[in-house]
Amino acid sequence: MDQLASVDRLGPELILLAFAGIIVLTDLVVQRRWLVVGSSLLAVAGSLIWAGTLVARDMEGSAFNGLLVVDNFSLFFNFLFAGIAAVVILASIDYSERFSRYQAEYYALILVSAAGMMLLASTVDLIAIFVVLELTSISLYVLVAFLKDVRSSEAGLKYLLLGALSAAVTLYGMAILFGLSGSTSLADIGDVVAAANDDTRAALVMATVFLAAGLGFKMAAVPFQMWVPDVYEGAPTPVTAYLSVGSKAAGFAVVMRIFFEALGDHSISGDWSNMFAAIAAISMSLGNLVAISQSNIKRMLGYSSIAQAGYLLVGLAAISAAEGELSLGGSGVIFFLAAYAFTNLGAFVAVIAISNRINSDDIGDYAGMFRRAPLLALCLTLCLVSLTGIPPTAGFVAKVYIFNAAVQSDLVWLVIVGVLNSVVSAYYYLRVVLQMYLEAPPSEERVSAGPSLGLAMAIASGGVLFIGILPFPLLEVSETAARVFGS
Amino acid sequence: MLSFIVFFPLLGVAIIALLPRERERDSRWVAAGAAFVVLVASLALFAAFDRDEAGFQFVQSHTWISGDIAHFDVQYLLGVDGLGIAMVVLTALLGLVAVLISWRIELRPKEYFAWLLLLETSLLGVFTSLDLLLFFIFWEIELIPMYFLISVWGTGRKVYSAWKYVFFTFFGSAFMLVGLLVLGSAADTFDIRLLSEMEIRDALVPTQVLFFLLIFGFAIKLPVFPFHTWLPDAHTDAPTAVSVMLAGVLLKMGGYGMLRICLSILPDVARDASVWLAAFGVVNILYGALVTMMQTDLKRLIAYSSISHMGYVLVGISALGQVGLTGAGMQMFTHGLITGLLFVVVGLVYDRAHTRQIGELSGLAHQMPMIAVVMVIAGLASLGLPSMAGFVSEAMVFLGTFGKHGGLTVLAVIGILLTAGYILWMIQRVFLGERSPRWDGLGDATAWWERTALVAMVAVIFLIGIYPAVLADVIETGVQPIVGRLA
Repeated sequence: MDQLASVDRLGPELILLAFAGIIVLTDLVVQRRWLVVGSSLLAVAGSLIWAGTLVARDMEGSAFNGLLVVDNFSLFFNFLFAGIAAVVILASIDYSERFSRYQAEYYALILVSAAGMMLLASTVDLIAIFVVLELTSISLYVLVAFLKDVRSSEAGLKYLLLGALSAAVTLYGMAILFGLSGSTSLADIGDVVAAANDDTRAALVMATVFLAAGLGFKMAAVPFQMWVPDVYEGAPTPVTAYLSVGSKAAGFAVVMRIFFEALGDHSISGDWSNMFAAIAAISMSLGNLVAISQSNIKRMLGYSSIAQAGYLLVGLAAISAAEGELSLGGSGVIFFLAAYAFTNLGAFVAVIAISNRINSDDIGDYAGMFRRAPLLALCLTLCLVSLTGIPPTAGFVAKVYIFNAAVQSDLVWLVIVGVLNSVVSAYYYLRVVLQMYLEAPPSEERVSAGPSLGLAMAIASGGVLFIGILPFPLLEVSETAARVFGS
Repeated sequence: MLSFIVFFPLLGVAIIALLPRERERDSRWVAAGAAFVVLVASLALFAAFDRDEAGFQFVQSHTWISGDIAHFDVQYLLGVDGLGIAMVVLTALLGLVAVLISWRIELRPKEYFAWLLLLETSLLGVFTSLDLLLFFIFWEIELIPMYFLISVWGTGRKVYSAWKYVFFTFFGSAFMLVGLLVLGSAADTFDIRLLSEMEIRDALVPTQVLFFLLIFGFAIKLPVFPFHTWLPDAHTDAPTAVSVMLAGVLLKMGGYGMLRICLSILPDVARDASVWLAAFGVVNILYGALVTMMQTDLKRLIAYSSISHMGYVLVGISALGQVGLTGAGMQMFTHGLITGLLFVVVGLVYDRAHTRQIGELSGLAHQMPMIAVVMVIAGLASLGLPSMAGFVSEAMVFLGTFGKHGGLTVLAVIGILLTAGYILWMIQRVFLGERSPRWDGLGDATAWWERTALVAMVAVIFLIGIYPAVLADVIETGVQPIVGRLA
């Protein structure tokens, strides 16, 4: 009975994995692209529905002897990652014509890594966390190299090598925690940390540093951002979109899990809050400054994603500074992740639609895009405005929310760094808008998105506007999700 | 009612968006209709405004983000006091004028009028918001239409000027956002009505710093020397209608913000800062006037004269008393009208002569008598001739300030002399003097839309000059509570 409930709680992920297997196997027999795409969308829908029934049936609780939990936090990320996967799949339909073979594998890998990301938000045991971390990463390594041209292969290799390194560092941090506590369960570790004395403190600080470094790779925060621009540029664009929102969100989810649950005690949280504040300031500044000089839009969005990781880290830093109130910055991070997912996916969908037609990612080639593709350009503008943080968009509310948490945690200096960075970022985001709006188009040929890209675009920009104008449903949900970590 | 006024222009935007391409020129009728309805509605509101009652009227309030779920309350809270209603009427009037003088826009008219209407909505929102965050949202939204209007429909170095404008404003508002969040966290509300009754002593930063954070953005907008350098560029390169809005309404956002937020919420700091405000105001007046004298471009001349005239607003504010603040409010309104009219006239001259160089123009009164007469009226009003609007407000500013900062007021009065100098000199060079055969082919203002705009503005200038109470009474009820706070 208990095992059955465990399997039930794992349902959303199991559906994705099962469909991934079915898709690959079916493809051996019948090769139909609509079948592959259809069944992967079906898998995502199934996963969403299952997660929905978990909510409806009040199935919160732990599973598999405390290896993973289903709570508001993990359910939130179930929905988020399913949504992200759906948009990525929609965005891949036209693009995947560029792959000569292995269409089915491509979609299957997206499903597998989505399952991995969901699990990252719900596992509460160091061993399990590491396993699902690898599950996510390895499928992403393959996806990055999927174009199999020089750049894509180089990107894949780079991602693999640096990813392996970061996994090793993460593992080292986990080993120290295990050594200190004799347990791999986050809850047990939390108890030990709460009782830590001066002798163990040094080791604890080391463990936090190693964990932050290893997982900082996933979050794409400075100084573990080296892979971002090259991998973003080389990877197939839908995969880049996936990396920029999915992988990042998973990184933040697991960081919140580990740091809030195992390392949330006052004695240590002040230290890592300061560390995250410093990383946040550097990530924002570096990402924004370097993004200014980029001429390739994928590279630019890569640096922009480093900067956005910086804003998110402001939320992580804002957690511990407020007395015992972990959920304050936490809900900010969760809200920001969702808002950012819509925004960045929208931007990437537009980039995919445009590059499908003009075969270029150069910002200069976006000249006159308002003439050639008015709707597409308008949606891209909306997303870029949201990334800048100008109302009435999701990005604005997210930034205000996270900065407000930081102010309440007495981090005014960090907020000042943040808002000044927003000013800098306006330059390179709006430059693209200007290019599309003001410059003369090189040709009058219309650029149009197909129905699938159009749908993806509509979902993303609709979300950006909806969250920007009516943010409270999402605010309420993120607040509930963050309350899992209590005080 | 207020919501109707604020958002009615958006209805116009929607209709314009639906117009087919062949009928794109009809978008001007839609825009004129929308602006006209807004003007009628705001005049009705002005008539219905209870002049005996200080405080906010026509208040509409809905919870937008509830504090229970988000750690901060944001309300959709609109309302006007005497100051707000005056600014709403000004915006509505100039909004219609801006549409009328753009009647012959040929370049992408659909987008042009849509941006113009969006601009009007954001401005009306700024002057009616009673929630700090809502205020900030409208404040930021205004950037986007301005950016497009200047960079696409401007002249000269339009892209540079648009950037400069956006960056200066965004830079200032970045600090403002920090200030608002700190204020909100100290007072636990963003409701301006409540904040204006509180004593804010303990914030995360010293109240002096808080005051600076808040006033910085307003100072850039007003603009206060040495943050004025965006203004001449933006004004000169913007299309005529946008110059009118910029000088007529957008600058007033700065003065309005100082009165509504800095003075009413932090009166203690305002008292200490009073002498600084006066000093900066005097520098603005004198520096602006001296630089104006040296201009050879008509539009640039009027742009610099705005810097000088905004100095009077600052000086009036520094008086911190009933007369001075009313004078500052009056000056904002009358300068909006007068300078708006000056820009209209310059725009008409430029449309005909295709030059704005004062040296090339001469004796235009022969060819365009009506334009010349209006220019003389606007010029005389600008230099403060009794019986015209400019006189009343400047007199009140000086009366109010003399008792508090005698020496500085004496210096400020010199500005009047300088104004008389550059205005009369300009009129003499451009309109009077030798008839120049080069301009013989040019016609007067004959089109109905030109005449409507000119007559309407001249009429209001005389109305306020002869019977100032129609406006002064209203503004006085608006500043009364602020004066009460400062006493």
